Amino acid sequence: MFGMEFYVDPSRCIGCQSCLKACEECDTHRGVSMINFDFVDRGETIATAAYVCWHCDNPTCAQVCPADAIKKYEDGIVGSSLKPRCIGCSNCVLACPFGIPKLIPENEQMMKCDMCYDRTSVGKRPMCATVCPSQALAYVTPETIAATRRQKPVNTFRFGNQKITTKVFMMAPADAAEIAIDVADYTWEGEHEVVPQAF
Amino acid sequence: MAKAPPLEELAALYGPHLNYTPAGGWQGESSRGSETLVKTHCCFCGQQCGIQLKVRDNRVVGFEPWEDFPFNRGMLCPKGVKRYLQGNHPDRLLDPLLRTDSGFRKATWDEALDFTARRLRELQTKYGRDSVAVYGGASLTTEKAYLMGKFARVALGTRHIDYNGRLCMVSAGVAYKSVLGVDRAPNPWNDIACAEVLMVVGANIGECAPITTDYIWRARDKGAKLIVADPRFTPIARNADLYLPVRPGTDLAMLMGMLHVIIRDGLTDREFIATNTTGFEKTAESVEPWNPRRAAEVCGVPPEAIERAAHWVAGSRRTMIMHARGLEHHSKGVENCEATVAIALVTGNIGREGAGPIMITGQGNGQGGREHGQKCDQLPGQRSLTDPAARAHVAGVWGIEPDDLPGPGYTAVEIMNAIHSGEIKGLLCVCFNPLVSLPEANFTREALERLEFFGVMDFFLSDTAAHADVVLAGSLQEEEEGVTANVEARVIHIRKAVDPPGNARRDSEIVCDLARRLGKGKYFPYHEPREIFEELRLASRGGLADYYGITYEKIDAQKGVFWPCPTLDHPGTPRLFEDGRFFHPDGKAHLMSLAWRDSGDPVDADFPVYLTTGRVVSQYLSGTQTRRIGALVDQNPEPKIEIHPKLAGPLGIKTGDWVTVTSRRNAITLQCMVVRTIRPDTIFIPYHWPGGRSANRLTHRTLDPRSKIPEFKVSACRIAKAAAPGGGSSGPGGPS
Repeated sequence: MFGMEFYVDPSRCIGCQSCLKACEECDTHRGVSMINFDFVDRGETIATAAYVCWHCDNPTCAQVCPADAIKKYEDGIVGSSLKPRCIGCSNCVLACPFGIPKLIPENEQMMKCDMCYDRTSVGKRPMCATVCPSQALAYVTPETIAATRRQKPVNTFRFGNQKITTKVFMMAPADAAEIAIDVADYTWEGEHEVVPQAF
Repeated sequence: MAKAPPLEELAALYGPHLNYTPAGGWQGESSRGSETLVKTHCCFCGQQCGIQLKVRDNRVVGFEPWEDFPFNRGMLCPKGVKRYLQGNHPDRLLDPLLRTDSGFRKATWDEALDFTARRLRELQTKYGRDSVAVYGGASLTTEKAYLMGKFARVALGTRHIDYNGRLCMVSAGVAYKSVLGVDRAPNPWNDIACAEVLMVVGANIGECAPITTDYIWRARDKGAKLIVADPRFTPIARNADLYLPVRPGTDLAMLMGMLHVIIRDGLTDREFIATNTTGFEKTAESVEPWNPRRAAEVCGVPPEAIERAAHWVAGSRRTMIMHARGLEHHSKGVENCEATVAIALVTGNIGREGAGPIMITGQGNGQGGREHGQKCDQLPGQRSLTDPAARAHVAGVWGIEPDDLPGPGYTAVEIMNAIHSGEIKGLLCVCFNPLVSLPEANFTREALERLEFFGVMDFFLSDTAAHADVVLAGSLQEEEEGVTANVEARVIHIRKAVDPPGNARRDSEIVCDLARRLGKGKYFPYHEPREIFEELRLASRGGLADYYGITYEKIDAQKGVFWPCPTLDHPGTPRLFEDGRFFHPDGKAHLMSLAWRDSGDPVDADFPVYLTTGRVVSQYLSGTQTRRIGALVDQNPEPKIEIHPKLAGPLGIKTGDWVTVTSRRNAITLQCMVVRTIRPDTIFIPYHWPGGRSANRLTHRTLDPRSKIPEFKVSACRIAKAAAPGGGSSGPGGPS
């Protein structure tokens, strides 16, 4: 849908798993859900998180694929593996810094969120973001997000020395420019060079 | 009748089996796209989210979000996403069933209906008209609910009809009626997003009204403060600005403490109180002893937190207080709700955008299903069955003499008590699964076994229906047109998507056919639900819930019409009390004196732990429908006991262990989750399961004296680690 972007806000997530259930209703991968969903630590907290693929500008999964089976489309969407090419080696599963791709044994193929390509390519919203009752997953315009949310969208992530920019945005505290999850990201070791991938 | 046949044999035939795939399979028929998209609503819960059902070859094969419907704008919880899988289900009843010695056999409609009519007449002849009772349900469309009320009173002439909404929000209904003069949430849901302070009491919104979450988050993103009071740290509590861990059964102490602070600190809206209310002195006097310290000692919330909540709530002109079953399922449920409404009234927070107390009705047609005559004391339009003018009006519409209208009968639990005692001999039950949903399940089972005649109309063989003499194969929501009223009292249009399968029939057809066999056919001449609705418009005309100005076409054009809607050119009433007038004859809101009472099942040395029950997000009520949908069962395959580590640790209980919970009624053994998200003195069990997994084997039958709601939300129990499944479980039955 023109002008729409995808925003993920785990602080809104209520753990209902509607996204998980709706994903498998999507026509490109009927019966298989591509949502990544976690209870963070159910014993300690009710916190949950649901993610889609982040659709990296420079996708690690595609870089490590020995069969050249993972393609990024012109609109920035990174697709599931191409069935005729995928050899099921799981390189992508291991390499993705976000832990998104899944090997689907029955299909002998890596599958992952393709942003409901059958829907978004014809102007519909992705299934998960359409049904999400808390709008933790939202597919709206940047203007709408700016006008309605306290938090700020960020699409730059650091994993150690790997810096990744993505099509999908994470909602972060208003003063965060990028999201870093590794202590190494906060240490100072001189002027290190930022490399786009970690291998 | 008698005992249920062996459940294992029934299960092989009637389930619950799990349906995972759409008609025709994921890659088959359902993937060919749909012939039509039918704009209708989800049947699971009072939110009544708009949804489009994909229909092909008279079968529902999937869904598509309905983004133009304003209430949910495409949003759905997992129940909504998977609701379509209740169609084309292997367990679906395709023929009427008659009881045999070993189980059930298929019957023709003539056999089943003749038998039903004959047995009802025989019992009424032998024991009197009131020896048979009717149970209705709040998941029925409003037309069906109206029809059940008329059927009981005109076709059967019994005074005993009540419905499963008695287990839902009736405490709120009684409180709103007594204080505000009408039983309805006063505000449309858009007001939530406009509030500056939101207080959520006893409402697990993230799981029980999921799409309401977005309204709350929108308010928070605009800077609203969120207060959550609940014994459990619910999903929305995670983002609360103030969390009040209220002890089960003590909400009233907390609320009276807040009222005390508001009055003590001069935070009331004196002008509003003087102009628009009566009885403030009574309320003030009753809360005077409830200083925050005393309230804290009872409810387990710090005094400072009670003070802060009171100051926040009273400190804004845009405060909304939202509540649900957590406040209502108590033997003082009405007082709980009256106190909540009182907080809104004394701070002047009502009748404006973003200001008001609102109940979150739980059942599919929880609002519409309680307005038109299937409650034991009500006639259509929220009219009182004891009001001579109301009786004359409705009798006139129905073409009978007012004196022929029976008086008020028993409420749902009282009907079961009267069955148990032998006073009521026959029961016709629609859209109600009392064996799972009523408290003290073993008492309910004993009662069902004493019935001389038991007829059930349902689309699946529910746990209760296994006890029936005859089962009339009825219709799903999507198989008959009608209306419901959602949580906002927005009357919406349920469109028929498909015909009932096999020899199953539309519910209203079955009821009318039965009325004819009882010799009352001339009062039930309807061919289509629309004809019932047209009569309902007249019957409700001039009542509180006035539907006269509502038509199916107007609903479609406006995407819902909020009642009251007294004339055809009236747009409907999204927000009540905007002119400061309440619905009592004097136009005032009536504040009440509040009085503390202990729970009907107090904790003591033998039963030292509080037990509270509720829902999980993937299941609906007694699970008759949702325990048959694979994806929803996978999400919550079994009920799990939630226990705090402080309670579990000394007993050597760890996550995944089997734990026996014993109450004064019975004991059940389930697996547990050890979590820090519940009070250490309280355990939680979801109630959607039957047999040995039924939380309602443990609950008690104490009722609120006015609303007659059971006290599901607080029982006393003790817990012990069990060796294995079933270990330590006592009482008949066992896991099923």
